[in-house]
Amino acid sequence: MSEHQIYTLHINGDEHQVKDAWIGESLLYVLRERLGLPGAKGACEQGECGSCTVVLDGDAVCSCLVLAASAVGSDIATVEGLSPDGSLTDVQQAFIDEGAVQCGFCTPGLIMAAHHLLDHNSSPSELEVKEALSGNICRCTGYGRIFAAVDKVVSVRQGASR
Amino acid sequence: MTVLIPNTLDEALAMLSDNPSADLLTGGTDMMVEVNFNHRKPSTVIALRRLTELQSWSIDKEQQRVTIGAGVPYAEMERGPLAETLPCLAEAARTVGSPQIRAAGTLGGNLGTCSPAGDGLPVLSALDATVHLLSPTGERQISFHDFMTGPKRNVRASDEIITAVSMNIPNGWQGYAKVGVRNAMVISVASACLVLDHSVSDTRMVRLALGSVGPTIIRCRETESWWNSVPSTQQTATATIDEFGSRAGDESRPIDDHRSTADYRRHAISVLSRRLLTRGTQS
Repeated sequence: MSEHQIYTLHINGDEHQVKDAWIGESLLYVLRERLGLPGAKGACEQGECGSCTVVLDGDAVCSCLVLAASAVGSDIATVEGLSPDGSLTDVQQAFIDEGAVQCGFCTPGLIMAAHHLLDHNSSPSELEVKEALSGNICRCTGYGRIFAAVDKVVSVRQGASR
Repeated sequence: MTVLIPNTLDEALAMLSDNPSADLLTGGTDMMVEVNFNHRKPSTVIALRRLTELQSWSIDKEQQRVTIGAGVPYAEMERGPLAETLPCLAEAARTVGSPQIRAAGTLGGNLGTCSPAGDGLPVLSALDATVHLLSPTGERQISFHDFMTGPKRNVRASDEIITAVSMNIPNGWQGYAKVGVRNAMVISVASACLVLDHSVSDTRMVRLALGSVGPTIIRCRETESWWNSVPSTQQTATATIDEFGSRAGDESRPIDDHRSTADYRRHAISVLSRRLLTRGTQS
């Protein structure tokens, strides 16, 4: 693919054509600036903060470290795709209920990381939750309320499945 | 800038032959930082993420040998059969960045970049790993010790792709330790991998490799042969283990830089080496 070639990304089940972009742009930049999907947030652009977390072919990754053009043919899931009808997922609702959202900048990345954890581990230990969210920096909450939100989802889901 | 996305290893080799100065991209955790900050403007990038040939690993119980594809992410080394077979690799993998970084970052990328702070590299050194390289003319296997020649320098030829690493499974305790400014998401200030191997002789032989304290990964050959020659009744004595640590510190070649000082790094290596040997000999 050359400098300004048009390519297509598969995001949240839809095909998105990327036009007028430079071929070296990160997936984060393409999502936000080319495709109008600003859910993933850009802060460090070096994989340190996790606020740009998306799920790429089943893995939670930092979209700032993905060369967008290399993701052609991959399945990309962003926070916008969690609940297309605009309602909230149980994780999003729990973040609100438990006060895990303060300035909100880290929230989309944390929501994606928390969903990814709970998709693979329905009853994580405290350490597993901490480790799974260790790539997402939050400077407001001190994390306590975020862990409380994840715990709440776990217990509600377990109650529902009983 | 041009981006090429081969579907097979053969396709990738052909693309690389046509573009010998191309940058090879796997997890992107190093290269994309440089691209994002305009520190690097690659003319051609060959993205290897579709090459399933690089994404598998195998454990040969009969030969006691492990082979890990260059595109296997660290997340796969943290748990499961690879972690049970090579716990020191699992421990190193778990210290790499964050879960997001470990889902993307690979040993092939660590080898391609060849930073002395690469978390996987001391493990490859302590395990005497072999690096597998493929070019249109065939496969070349080279010891890790001969592969890395300096900071961000290695002997990969411009038409070669790193396809895998392989290593013998040591018969004995193995461990990895790292010092950074905090636990998660940190580039190492000093790191060490220690292996105790009983497979070659009756007495256990130690192997110790250090990261972030020299231009390459440092294998502490002098410290190793000193400890291996200590009578086995004395090998676990506190005085011996203390001396092991201070010898390892002396064998490191750290510098002052933005992450730490040479003095601190040398001290950290002494402590880490002592700690690993204590754990290893007590288990």
